Amino acid sequence: MLQKFISMFSSPSASPARIASPKKSIPLNPAFEYSPELQQHLYGRLLLPEEIPFKVLDDHVENGYVSSTPGLTKDEGRYYCTRCGNKEPSMFYKFPCSRCGKSCAYCRACIMMGRVSECTILYSWCGPKFCFDIPANVLVWEGTLSEGQKAASERVTSAIHTNEELLFWAVCGAGKTEVLFKGIEAALLSGKRLCIATPRTDVVLELAPRLKKAFPLIEVSALYGGSEDRHRPAPLTVSTTHQLFRFKEAFDAIIIDEVDAFPYSMDTSLQFAVNKAKKETSATILLTATPSKKMKIAYANRKLQAVTIPARFHRHPIPIPTMHWCGNWKKQLENKNIPPIIAEWVETRLKSKTPILLFFPSIKVMEQALPLFQQLNRGLLAVHSQDAKRKEKVTSLREGRIPGLLTTTILERGVTIPKLDVAVIGSEHGVFSESALVQIAGRVGRSAKHPTGTVTFFHYGKSNDMVQAIRHIQGMNEEARNRGLLDV
Amino acid sequence: MFKIKKCLICNEEVESVFSWKDIWVSSDNEKICSDCRGKLAFLSGERCKMCSRELEEKYQQDGLCLDCVRWENDSEWRGFLSANISLFHYNDFLKETIAKFKYRGDYALAEAFASFVAEKIEHMSHDIIVPIPLSNERMAERGFNQAKALAETAGLKTYDALLRTHTEKQSKKSREERIRLAQVFKVTGPDTIKGKKILLIDDIYTTGSTLRHAAKILKQSGAEEIYSLTLAR
Ligand SMILES: [Zn+2]
Ligand SMILES: [Zn+2]
Ligand SMILES: [Zn+2]
Ligand SMILES: [Zn+2]
Repeated sequence: MLQKFISMFSSPSASPARIASPKKSIPLNPAFEYSPELQQHLYGRLLLPEEIPFKVLDDHVENGYVSSTPGLTKDEGRYYCTRCGNKEPSMFYKFPCSRCGKSCAYCRACIMMGRVSECTILYSWCGPKFCFDIPANVLVWEGTLSEGQKAASERVTSAIHTNEELLFWAVCGAGKTEVLFKGIEAALLSGKRLCIATPRTDVVLELAPRLKKAFPLIEVSALYGGSEDRHRPAPLTVSTTHQLFRFKEAFDAIIIDEVDAFPYSMDTSLQFAVNKAKKETSATILLTATPSKKMKIAYANRKLQAVTIPARFHRHPIPIPTMHWCGNWKKQLENKNIPPIIAEWVETRLKSKTPILLFFPSIKVMEQALPLFQQLNRGLLAVHSQDAKRKEKVTSLREGRIPGLLTTTILERGVTIPKLDVAVIGSEHGVFSESALVQIAGRVGRSAKHPTGTVTFFHYGKSNDMVQAIRHIQGMNEEARNRGLLDV
Repeated sequence: MFKIKKCLICNEEVESVFSWKDIWVSSDNEKICSDCRGKLAFLSGERCKMCSRELEEKYQQDGLCLDCVRWENDSEWRGFLSANISLFHYNDFLKETIAKFKYRGDYALAEAFASFVAEKIEHMSHDIIVPIPLSNERMAERGFNQAKALAETAGLKTYDALLRTHTEKQSKKSREERIRLAQVFKVTGPDTIKGKKILLIDDIYTTGSTLRHAAKILKQSGAEEIYSLTLAR
């Protein structure tokens, strides 16, 4: 008998037993004529009454087609939010509620999706299954997969088929999305409902049109805060992990992109959201270029199955970062000096018109440094997480209108700029974890036209993470070479 | 004393600064972090005597902003609202925070402003505090009245002297249309307000039309004087 793995994505806090069940389950009345519109709206969802604009909702509850669940439950004096799994006491608050006339507790953790309070009931569909119409040919994609991509694609397909949990570990620039196509196709054809979840809205916006193009006859629903197709059921959903809170037992497979990109505190709530949104028997694909320690250990101990793509689709190795001691960068910047070795690095690239990204450990240090670097070239700009013009500035760099950007770790992921060179200033700083440094290095040499470039860590004493990041990249290149996935 | 608290607005932990003062006064008023406090813009400088708006040289007349000049030149509206005091600029940060407070229903955010509201009201003479009411429809939707919440969390007693007879869906109408609208409010207990100094409370002063409607009917029903306080202007 197969031993059930302790899943990376089921923590004790998220066990379904903690989800309050409806007070009494009403048997399905087969004579009742249910509303297909309501079925479509509510199938696989867990929604607030204000999210269900149907007058017939109560009739469906009475006839056993819709189940109702209290929004908050209390367990040993602690509140628990059925929608988001929050049970942190400081994230509940009581208010004089005009709906129930009592002092009513509500969950502040998921308040942006509408208030779940003690007197709130959440609804989900429990009537007949909703079936999607799936045409015989769903995938129109003409591209070809590299050898590494092909092997991974087959593994992903089988994992979805057999409802496994699989870590899909692929280097930055491996072409992950294309690898998923075959797996998605096979799943759709066998009547499965899929979801690709990502922590970032940017990724939803980028991925949805690519999927719509690859699967033109399939409804692809894109969900993020403020999106319009919020209530359209679709066989293929691309969603922010946040929007998963509105689902319950909906998906046969969930693919989680950038599974490591969560701040630690988000971890349990993400796990909760994923576990609630997928069906009891379902597949989970964990996608990342930089798996967490926990995942790597589970992989090493064979507790977590994994497939890797250690090489980029263009068959060139990932540039290995080099380390340069630059002295006390903090003090030098405070004294309005750029460490000479860094100034030289920048000037060389300004001369050769090579676009650059300079990573800084904090907004404060970056803002100190900006005027100094602007003395080298006035076109250099800075971006950070709260910068409203972030996208425009990145586009300016990509289109060559500015020579470079100073940035915090915000640009460590998702940015692709041809011919780029990257430097990390103060790379021994705690914000530059191994995975952050690997992601940063992953910005370089991405295009087939310009597959090389330099990554430089400027430091005032090497950190363990710097050394580990370099080992990480060397290890991937070595595996790629051993598997014959590199040309050079 | 060393309990870790979270900022009510951004949920970051508030570093609790221990001082000798804490021994005598509970440091309970640290509801928001210094970052969030810094993003709140107190109204300052020369302001309209009537509505608290910050004045620019070009757009004023005898200490009144041109909007207020227009209101006070209109015999239909003259002299009902004695003055409005607002606390903060309705900047992007406050816009976002108020939206979360009233549209998402995050009541806790009222408490983030409680100390500011309480301090201001302490210096405003009044007999009764009257929150601008919501329509039944809005009330059912939100579960609480944001104006009342601001007073309640500041530890103040309110009296529901007004009832809303029209819905709030007026943001799309022009100023003229709004003014032309028939009476928006009804007074519930004229005896209670007779001869009293009333302090109206609301979250935002936009055009001033809501507060002036309320002031007019209260005064016509026998109230002595009407002032108002809003969080944002
Ligand atoms: Zn919640
Ligand atoms: Zn309630
Ligand atoms: Zn804060
Ligand atoms: Zn004025």
